[in-house]
Amino acid sequence: MSSLEIKDLHASVNGIDILKGLTLSVPMGEVHAIMGPNGSGKSTLAKVMAGHQDYEVESGEVLLDGESLLGMEVDERAREGLFLAFQYPAEIPGVSNANFLRAARQARLPDGEEIDAVAFYQEMYEKMAQLGIDKKFTGRAVNEGFSGGEKKRNEVLQMMMLEPKYAVLDETDSGLDIDALKIVAQGVNAMRSGDRGFLVITHYQRLLEYIVPDHVHVLYEGRIIRSGPKELALELEEKGYDWLKEGELVKN
Amino acid sequence: MSKDSNSGNTIEIDREEANFHYDVNYKHDAGMGLSEDTLDYISNVKGEDQWIADFRKKALSVFHKKKMPTHWASEDLDSINFDEIRYYLSAGEAPKRSWDDVPDEMKETFERLGIPEKERSFLAGVEAQFDSEAAYSNVKDAVAEQGVIFVNSSEGLAEHADIFRKWFGKVIPTGDNKFSALNSAVFSGGSFIYVPPGVKVKHPLQAYFRINAEQFGQFERTLIIVDEGAELTYMEGCTAPKFETNTLHSAVVELVAMKDAKIQYITVQNWSANVFNLVTKRGLAHENAEVRWIDCNIGSRLTMKYPGVVMKGAGARGEVISIALANDGQHQDTGAKMIHAADNTTSNVVSKSISVGEGRSTYRGQVHIPKHLKGCKNNTECDALLINSKSRTDTYPAITVRGNKHSTQHEASVSQVSEEQIFYMKQRGLSEAEAMSLSVNGFVNDLVREFPMEYSVELKRLIDLEMEGSVG
Repeated sequence: MSSLEIKDLHASVNGIDILKGLTLSVPMGEVHAIMGPNGSGKSTLAKVMAGHQDYEVESGEVLLDGESLLGMEVDERAREGLFLAFQYPAEIPGVSNANFLRAARQARLPDGEEIDAVAFYQEMYEKMAQLGIDKKFTGRAVNEGFSGGEKKRNEVLQMMMLEPKYAVLDETDSGLDIDALKIVAQGVNAMRSGDRGFLVITHYQRLLEYIVPDHVHVLYEGRIIRSGPKELALELEEKGYDWLKEGELVKN
Repeated sequence: MSKDSNSGNTIEIDREEANFHYDVNYKHDAGMGLSEDTLDYISNVKGEDQWIADFRKKALSVFHKKKMPTHWASEDLDSINFDEIRYYLSAGEAPKRSWDDVPDEMKETFERLGIPEKERSFLAGVEAQFDSEAAYSNVKDAVAEQGVIFVNSSEGLAEHADIFRKWFGKVIPTGDNKFSALNSAVFSGGSFIYVPPGVKVKHPLQAYFRINAEQFGQFERTLIIVDEGAELTYMEGCTAPKFETNTLHSAVVELVAMKDAKIQYITVQNWSANVFNLVTKRGLAHENAEVRWIDCNIGSRLTMKYPGVVMKGAGARGEVISIALANDGQHQDTGAKMIHAADNTTSNVVSKSISVGEGRSTYRGQVHIPKHLKGCKNNTECDALLINSKSRTDTYPAITVRGNKHSTQHEASVSQVSEEQIFYMKQRGLSEAEAMSLSVNGFVNDLVREFPMEYSVELKRLIDLEMEGSVG
């Protein structure tokens, strides 16, 4: 079956172990949420999957539809269909949003094939309209001087334009007011389909009211310590993480 | 090595498209080294008047007297061995007016560089220099009929001595610097252009300077005079194959814009990494005239080039817009000189440099506004972009403004393409080289808009190629 699969993943940064045997599977067509307290390894997981150079994979596997991602360059993973919506998207001065998206789309075409500029712009404007983004936005430099909400909307726009097989959303809700959160969630929901999987990383249950997950996983000290249906998120909201932490300690 | 089926000549090619050369039988070869004999040889081959032969000899003694400027410039200059350079190489034929008459290996060289194609599509005239002499030189009939003269410097001297001699060496005197003296001693090739009063040349004139030979120095000399109210855009491109030994390119370019005239001089150079590119360029702007340098320095081992404008007449304007890209093992030492010598003169300098890997960029600017003038303005902006931490960039602005009736502005910035930016772009599917190209193009974007379209496309392509080459 098609899935984004993480098997017994151990990873460290600057010699400090962060992920300590993380196992998780997101089947194509499902939305999974990862929740966890600060420092549990949520953002590390996102960076490791995408291939950030600062993170060292000690052991384990990350498979995209059965294909190992860990030996691939960052851009190869992306072209295989992995998309990461960043918690803190980088600013790229001088490069317009339109040119950036165009280059990203072009990078997915075989050598010698050129993007159809008219169709590209048409599609981009449609998707921008869905996200309530002004047309002038295409000429602005990528994320430069954007508000927190604009940056996150831009992440979702890029995701819509690049149509990944699997999207990892790293705390996309942070820094968003409720209206922006709804728009971003609408964008993600519009992309939910039988041939796409989502891994939604969040600290708060709030986002999951708008992007309703099929499964919720709790990450704690680098491992998934609990998985359950969407109601697990509500339980976490109510009780906090401590009751799970205690359970984890008992288990050990 | 591959065999070229058309010509039967052996050519060497690698990934870089301009990195090839042909084996040519040169009829005239001044041999290795520099002496008065070298100068006599050149004068004889060209059949020059005595005053030019004397001018050359005087220049040689100035060259010998002047110290290498290593007290302020790169010590790498000391790596140039003047005894192991050939100062004059030519096939001994006059420049052709038709590409059909150009010798095969030269014609193929320029075809591979796309020159005849550009000529057909958007140029008013072309001069194509192969080592020391032009292989081809032609100006479209419609332009020639307006009285525009576009020939090489030898023809200019021989056939238009009155205008030539009046301005030759006047904007850049022999003793301006060690390399202007060297050029004055051994100059060959380059363009001579005269645009009569009121004539606005609609399309650009272009020169292409190609170095083909190893252990060689190219010393073209260009003199452009645009008469009252006339306008001209001139472009030059330059390339050379990559050799193990060093190649020297040392040009002198003098521009004269008479009252109300406009000159725009555009350079897109893409030298191979063994070329010492030491060029002196200056324009003289008379009353209400405008001289504009647009300068793109890509490649070379060391480039030293500070285009200047002497604003001699009231209301004159000078501008330097430059882009320099220094890759591993390269040093782009570039800048601008703005000499205000009349009231209400205006100058603008915008410089952007990119240092990649261990590449080094230096900006040197000089702005001079003396006390007795009024209403002068200068704006200087220099921005540097560093790609990876080993890169180096230095800025040496020297702004001398005396008196209080002027306005000057100076801004400088250094920015960096961070690993996080590269990671972000790669996560969207761009390769590292594509990500760097995009950042660099973004950095120079506002300057590239100043270029004629054909050249902005070419510049973007050159940047892409450089970035591709810089990623292992």
